[in-house]
Amino acid sequence: MGTPASAVRLRTPRRPRPPHSVNRPRRSLTLTLLTGLVLVYTLVPLVWLFINATKTQGSLFDSFGLWFSGDFALWDNIGKTLSYNDGAFVRWLLNTLLYVVAGAGGATLLAVLGGYALAKFTFPGKRGVFAVIIGAVAVPGTALAIPTFLMFSQMGLTNTPWAVIIPSLISPFGLYLMWVFASEAIPTELLEAARIDGSSEIGTFFRVSLPLLAPGIVTVLLFTMVATWNNYFLPLIMIKDPDWYPLTVGLNSWKDQAATAGGEAIFNLVITGSLLTIIPLVIAFLLLQRYWQSGLSAGSVKE
Amino acid sequence: MSNTTVRRLVRTTAVVGALALGVTACGSSDDGDGAGGGGGASSGLTPADVEAALEEGGSLTVWSWEATLPAAAQAFMDEHPNVKVNVVNAGTNKDQYTALQNAISAGSGVPDVAQIEYYALGQFTLSGALTELGSLGADQLEGTFSPGPWSAVQSGDGIYALPTDSGPMALFYNKTVFDEHGIEVPTTWEGYLEAARALHEADPDIYITNDTGEGGAATSMIWQAGGRPYTVDGTDVTIDFSDEGTTAYTDLWQQLLDEDLLAPITSWTDEWYQGLGDGSLATLATGAWMPPNFESGVPNAAGDWRAAPLPQWEEGANVSAENGGSSMAIPSAGKNQALAYAFVEYLNVGDGVKVRTDAGAFPATTADLNSEEFLNTEFPYFGGQKANEIFAESAANVGTGWSYLPYQVYANSIFNDTAGQAYISGTTLADGLKAWQDASIAYGKEQGFTVND
Repeated sequence: MGTPASAVRLRTPRRPRPPHSVNRPRRSLTLTLLTGLVLVYTLVPLVWLFINATKTQGSLFDSFGLWFSGDFALWDNIGKTLSYNDGAFVRWLLNTLLYVVAGAGGATLLAVLGGYALAKFTFPGKRGVFAVIIGAVAVPGTALAIPTFLMFSQMGLTNTPWAVIIPSLISPFGLYLMWVFASEAIPTELLEAARIDGSSEIGTFFRVSLPLLAPGIVTVLLFTMVATWNNYFLPLIMIKDPDWYPLTVGLNSWKDQAATAGGEAIFNLVITGSLLTIIPLVIAFLLLQRYWQSGLSAGSVKE
Repeated sequence: MSNTTVRRLVRTTAVVGALALGVTACGSSDDGDGAGGGGGASSGLTPADVEAALEEGGSLTVWSWEATLPAAAQAFMDEHPNVKVNVVNAGTNKDQYTALQNAISAGSGVPDVAQIEYYALGQFTLSGALTELGSLGADQLEGTFSPGPWSAVQSGDGIYALPTDSGPMALFYNKTVFDEHGIEVPTTWEGYLEAARALHEADPDIYITNDTGEGGAATSMIWQAGGRPYTVDGTDVTIDFSDEGTTAYTDLWQQLLDEDLLAPITSWTDEWYQGLGDGSLATLATGAWMPPNFESGVPNAAGDWRAAPLPQWEEGANVSAENGGSSMAIPSAGKNQALAYAFVEYLNVGDGVKVRTDAGAFPATTADLNSEEFLNTEFPYFGGQKANEIFAESAANVGTGWSYLPYQVYANSIFNDTAGQAYISGTTLADGLKAWQDASIAYGKEQGFTVND
């Protein structure tokens, strides 16, 4: 005979648990599949880049693109990339760093100062400034490249690093972001308290506001850094002297070498150079992302 | 042709900027009517000044994308330690011309020496952008270069550049592919068409060659076929793509197009290199400068490729054409013209030629083209073939009387919008060339040339 006890036990009502919660998020097969698809789609170019950076110029063109083939030439390629053309790659890397430190750094500084001022001070014409900034966010930088070039040409600044750094200093989106962030992250009461205690406005900014703004600053810094690091069109039209190229333009000039009579085809170095070019950005993201994430949640919960 | 007209042309040029105009390099206006010499500024310098400049030393900026140039510049500096040569890659072909024209218009950042291809040279002469080199010693160089390149650097009575290399055409073919399918290497274009059919039949992945419509390639083919679509005399220009030679080319190429025998791959792309490497592109009819591109671009295909004489339009004939090739010119706005000439002479006539040919460049100097050492050079890439014998013969057999337009860079840039339609739609190549002709005529008129009147 059967054992009814077990059947009874099965039917014993358990304490109902909520089907989904923060700790037990709903699982969805479709969502998992879609996310997986997006993940693959995002990673395939990176995987391709890495795999092909390990090939020689010869193997690049007679082997399957998504798997290793021939000698493992990664170290050799990196060595050649760094030394080819009297170390042009290293020079371009230093140029890019200069543009990022001066351009993106400067843009972040300006955005922080401006955003803070717009959020926490009242002055005549503030609505007008708001309109200008919102408008400026909508204008793509590419559309302004030619006017900027003509202006800089008149001033005799083309073909100098200034032609890349100065336009990079302007980041309407960064300014807007800092403005919104400063309004949310710094309670006006805190500033009033500091004022009552006799702190100067500048002192308040550095000692009270700046630490509160840190996540926002990192966010803006990341945005402007990526924008400057990847900037191609502006330096392309501004700079003709290869000594001042950033990596983007320099790598493209290497690629073009293959497209001419007597030019040396160095696709392997272009690919390896591209791989080396993205590494600093990846590192920057990994190091800064936790600050960034904490910034994203600002203002989401009523304290 | 009055001087006012020339000045007007020059002014237009300044406005147009990137697309400077000039009398074609191949122009043969012996009547010296003022247009031939164009605005080309005479330097007023003599060979003695060149010697003095070398003694004194200084620094030079050279714009060139040519791979062998840094080595030649280094050799020059070793010989003249007080000269500093700074080789700058300011872009490849038309990118560099745009940059050069912008620098000239802006009046700053003009290099002392610039690499300019033959087809583009004409654009820079009329506007006075280039120094006339005769008085500096170039007028003594008659006979030093093979006839094609030498006539290409002259305009009227002036010499505006020295030939750096040349591009007599040859047929490069993948011997492995031809052998595998037991197909003969064609010696005529008719045979080329048959080989194209046979190869594609044997393996649908194989195409005889690639073509998506390229002005430079088309004009070279027409040149070999005996077509002379451009007639240029000073600023009088005639454009006519209806002559016999052009028709021979369009008839044959139309069949290749109609039967889908041309791979739809644009030259110089990575796809193209892949085709050259994996055997899906079986031949390439192009300039003799190609071997270094094979060696650096598709090293793994070493041993597969060979060179052969260009297929002929008539069985047993022996006519060739040029494709590409460039010269070194001295912009009038350059600072140290005497020293610049010393370098240009070293590069194109002096010891620099050897440095460059050793690195794989194809010379334009007859002495080098005919030297035993050059002819006997074995190309390991081509299975030890003495390919230079074929190239040198091609150089000697280039069809004469060819002219490019004084605005060929612009014309080539609109090839795809006009003639290129034949490659992607039902338009015939002949109609496409007619459209190219019309567009080129219209542009020339806009720019102040007398075209087809």
